[in-house]
Amino acid sequence: MSEIFSPVSVPAAAAPATGEGPGVRALLIGIAVVFLGLFLVLPLFAVFAQAFSRGIDAYLDAFREPDAWSAIRLTLTVAAIAVPFNLVFGIAASWSIAKFEFPGKSLLITLIDLPFSVSPVVSGLIYVLLFGSQGLFGGWLQAHGIQILFALPGIVLATIFVTFPFVARELIPLMQEQGSSEEEAALTLGASGLHAFWTVTLPNIRWGLLYSVLLCNARAMGEFGAVSVVSGHIRGLTNTIPLHVEILYNEYNFVAAFAVASLLAALALVTLVLKSVLEWRYAGDLAGGRAH
Amino acid sequence: MLHDLSLDVRAGELLGLLGPSGSGKTTLLRVIAGLDAPDRGRILFGGDDATGLPVQERAVGFVFQHYALFKHMSVADNIAYGLNARRRADRPEKAEIKRRVGDLLDLIRLSGFGDRYPSQLSGGQRQRVALARALAVEPRVLLLDEPFGALDAQVRKDLRRWLREIHDRTGQTTIFVTHDQDEALELSDRVAVLDRGRLEQVGTPDEVQENPSSVTVLKFLGDSIEVEALADGGRVRVRGRETPVRAPDGAIGPVRLYVRPWQLQLVDLDAAHLSGVVRSSYRSQGRQRIEVEEAGGRVLAVEDFDGARYAPGHPVGLRINGGYVFA
Repeated sequence: MSEIFSPVSVPAAAAPATGEGPGVRALLIGIAVVFLGLFLVLPLFAVFAQAFSRGIDAYLDAFREPDAWSAIRLTLTVAAIAVPFNLVFGIAASWSIAKFEFPGKSLLITLIDLPFSVSPVVSGLIYVLLFGSQGLFGGWLQAHGIQILFALPGIVLATIFVTFPFVARELIPLMQEQGSSEEEAALTLGASGLHAFWTVTLPNIRWGLLYSVLLCNARAMGEFGAVSVVSGHIRGLTNTIPLHVEILYNEYNFVAAFAVASLLAALALVTLVLKSVLEWRYAGDLAGGRAH
Repeated sequence: MLHDLSLDVRAGELLGLLGPSGSGKTTLLRVIAGLDAPDRGRILFGGDDATGLPVQERAVGFVFQHYALFKHMSVADNIAYGLNARRRADRPEKAEIKRRVGDLLDLIRLSGFGDRYPSQLSGGQRQRVALARALAVEPRVLLLDEPFGALDAQVRKDLRRWLREIHDRTGQTTIFVTHDQDEALELSDRVAVLDRGRLEQVGTPDEVQENPSSVTVLKFLGDSIEVEALADGGRVRVRGRETPVRAPDGAIGPVRLYVRPWQLQLVDLDAAHLSGVVRSSYRSQGRQRIEVEEAGGRVLAVEDFDGARYAPGHPVGLRINGGYVFA
């Protein structure tokens, strides 16, 4: 290949107009790194350090306890109910918001955001007010022998409430961006609504959906405040992992507390990695084309 | 959006729905397809009432302006979508579907592109795939919504000619929507001009150009100037001089005469209907376009190629060789 253009010399390390001097740059980066280290990395490290402070046996002891296992089981059960529920609700809500016009639409969007803006404690108290023995439906429930508060249903309800927005928040902008012309094309080609949903809509939102389910699940398993209010803290029965950690900690059983907490920390790390992979690999298929 | 509109589409014809944006042409197309429901009125397909039929049962092929291809499916899967979506009893065999997809790929000159994904195709190729996908279900009527609207000028031209060829070969009844006069006039067997939800005129491209039914149609089909004229039974007069334009029956007194740029001819001042000074002139593809400014400041566009050059400021006379008067 012949040289057509003579090489143009570019001044080395040309500072763009908005660039700062090297000193300022180093200072800013330094501050950011120190803060990150102090407030994010160090605590995470501390969790694992404490958990293993008396060796691997002491760590494993924390999981030999039946209460720990029942907490893990309960947390998995709650997530297994709450996440699919919010998945279905999230798809339904974003579908109706993105593809139809109806009165009260902006109110619905605002309402979906409510759990994000309300303190988790308040979220829990709502259910006490509704289903507690002094609550609105308390008498009726008691008369029929239905236990909601201080039992699995209450914990599931509180978790659903708190994790309500995750799926819908991700899918609404995604579906709005995609519009409905692909679905319309499928319908004109003779596909039923359901067939169009499975073959066109779902594949188009799959990565955004996975992304939001991941975050929804992390929150569902880690929720403390709302669940704490409705659970009643009955050991071996209504303690989720975060509640179990709190109890162990209050009993000065630090190794066990941090050992169980390390499970949640590991969940957070796995979530973070998967989330980054999704963002990196399928940026274009997520809402707003997230590319970090 | 649409008002009291009745349009009869003939089997096998290529009908262009032409109108400015907001004229309701896309709405009409979507109502025919069943994507939008009319408040009242009926849609008939060859005598069968399709008004109550859901979109799936209307057997229409719809091509969208922005292709609406299924991003996550290969070109072949896109084209086969309509066949695969059928109930098992009506679904052709796998081999048959494959054969039909192959035929359609040949038809749209994309043989060998079956395994590609829409994102790997150019805009023109995507729109051809969208057309093949619509044709695959053998629709009763093919509906195209601004099919070339998102493409650049050269690709548009090629695709236009190609669509005409496909239509001539398949005889598929086709309605297409456009806001581009040239496109509609070049492609269509008949043109339907819509404005503000009303059907202004239906006719062959020659008919609508030679006899526009209203000022709206006339203005939409191209540039024109408006001239005060006088009708006295026979031909229309402008500033006391007779023009070749006949007034409609019974029109006596002042009328408005609409004149296309190519119906004006540069002449000596003493034989002119209008006069002014040349403001600018340019030549393009064998035509000369001269802008003439009247004494009142109005600028008239003239298309006349006599080979002469006109410097700005040159006084000229204009002769009216044709025009339109509406009753």
